[in-house]
Amino acid sequence: MANIVIDNIKKSFGAFQALKGVSLTINDGEFVSLLGPSGCGKTTLLRIIAGLETSTSGDVRIGEKSVIGLLPKDRGLAMVFQNYAVFPHMTVYENVAFGLRMQKADDARVKKQVEKAAGLLHIEPYLDRYPNKLSGGQRQRVAVARALAVEPGVLLMDEPLSNLDALLRLEMRTELKTVLQEAGTTTIYVTHDQTEAMGLSDRIAVVHDGRIEQVGTPVEVYNNPATRFVGGFIGNPPMNFITMPVTGGQVTAGAQQFAVPAQGGDIVLGLRGETVERAPTGHGLDMHVRVAEPMGSHLLLTGSILGQPARVILPATETVKNGETVGLTLDPRRLTWLSPESGVSYPAAA
Amino acid sequence: MTQSKPWIPYALILPSVVFLGLLFVVPLVQTLWLAVSDNGTPSLANMTTMVTDLHFGRSVLNTFLLTLAVVPVQIVMALTMGSMVAKMNGGRETILWIWTIPLGISDLAAGMVWLSILQNTGYLNSILFGLGIIERQTAWLTYQTPVALFIGIAIAEIWRGTAIVMIIIVAGLNQVPKEFKEAAEIFGASPWTRFTRITLPLIRPALQSALILRTVLAFEVFAVVYALGGRNFPVLVGEAYNWQNQNQNYGVAAAYAVLIMVISLAATLVYLKAVKVDPERLP
Repeated sequence: MANIVIDNIKKSFGAFQALKGVSLTINDGEFVSLLGPSGCGKTTLLRIIAGLETSTSGDVRIGEKSVIGLLPKDRGLAMVFQNYAVFPHMTVYENVAFGLRMQKADDARVKKQVEKAAGLLHIEPYLDRYPNKLSGGQRQRVAVARALAVEPGVLLMDEPLSNLDALLRLEMRTELKTVLQEAGTTTIYVTHDQTEAMGLSDRIAVVHDGRIEQVGTPVEVYNNPATRFVGGFIGNPPMNFITMPVTGGQVTAGAQQFAVPAQGGDIVLGLRGETVERAPTGHGLDMHVRVAEPMGSHLLLTGSILGQPARVILPATETVKNGETVGLTLDPRRLTWLSPESGVSYPAAA
Repeated sequence: MTQSKPWIPYALILPSVVFLGLLFVVPLVQTLWLAVSDNGTPSLANMTTMVTDLHFGRSVLNTFLLTLAVVPVQIVMALTMGSMVAKMNGGRETILWIWTIPLGISDLAAGMVWLSILQNTGYLNSILFGLGIIERQTAWLTYQTPVALFIGIAIAEIWRGTAIVMIIIVAGLNQVPKEFKEAAEIFGASPWTRFTRITLPLIRPALQSALILRTVLAFEVFAVVYALGGRNFPVLVGEAYNWQNQNQNYGVAAAYAVLIMVISLAATLVYLKAVKVDPERLP
């Protein structure tokens, strides 16, 4: 077990700056996701921590010790790869045992550790088989078992579920959470899937364009996005951004008025689609509904508010027709206000 | 839709089958018959002539020695070259292009190239003389210098035939995803362990193809040997050539051809067994 300190890591590939100074501290036993769209630098950061890539500048400390310049094997970590990287020419048993064999562990210890890891991941029935005969989900279990068998201080996971189909992904997500909680390993998890990050993480670091935009618990990041990017990236549907005029430090939405952290000009309202309540038109913001989709668990409305595109969610018990205009009242405690110029949110009012 | 006309694939394959039948199977059967007959009746006379010939033992020995010397060196060199080129970021294509130049040269021309280096008035002697290492022209390619002759032929063969092995091995190496090596590295495998425990097993199919192809070609070695050693270094194909052209005895020439084919087939079978490719253990 170990904590990790990432200190101002920069990485350039030629003229391209993949990481523009990233700092992050991960506590012992914590599960942190690096969440961001493809090409944002999250995988590069993970590979730098692993030692598979060298940083241009900056420091990585694992358990208080700088690991820059150390070989991957001397960093006390294990890794799970996106395409599993389970060795096809070795049985599942030998795959799980690989790290221990490299450490020259004796057979008794290898057996004990392999059985323990195989038990955690429920792969005992396949230990004698070759990976070729296994499904994607089973191979991924083998990859996780191989990583856990060496009892690493730090576990790195690079999009481990992205090659699985949706149903299996959900199943593995739940199982990973259980297994990793049991193992208590410090984990860094790279993903572009915000539901995975939300569901699994103690904290999420949202990475965008080579920088960390925000670090926080899933609920913090969801409710109080630091930037427009974070609000738009996290949540399904994404946060709505509605530019509204400010007069005398106030924004007016129908009969509702809100004090905002700006005196005049425009401000952007960050509105989570499920935080509104239906009301007669004119009570709050009016939404022109282009398409109403009953999803079973809820009703998804797509249309426009103040002429700007918006998606909101109403309870499944509501009925709305396409082309109808509905009134929506806002919950003042759940609004985010952002600067229209910088896209950065104003600190939540205390 | 091709399904409505099921004969189309067969029609398209037919020309190549006819071509191979006429130019491969028919001569093969004829050669086999030629080898085991005498004036139209079955006979082992040609075999007996071949086996009792003065050059037979030496040509078998030389062919095998040359194969044993050349093939392992070529495989090791090709693996080294392939691994080195895999680490390159830029200029990879250029290096591969340069390395495959010998492939574009006919084997007789390759023999002539090395003859111009190794003959009495060749480049090697000029350099050695210029450096003051030798005092007069030294002969390397005569029957009196069998070791030097053997080494010269082996080097020429290695120069000429490594590229094809390398191409097959590079193709094999390219198919190994880098994650396998990275995973092995993360879990503590040294570069040598990664090579022996991960890379080599994963390029087994390529290795098998390269070994079979190169060994069969090595048993058929002729032009380079002929250019450098003439009959000072008898090999199997060279003997077949001599019986055919010098002695005008097609029967014995055919017997040699059949022997070479049997050896090649045997070698192929040995490789198929020894370097077994289990599809279950491939990615």
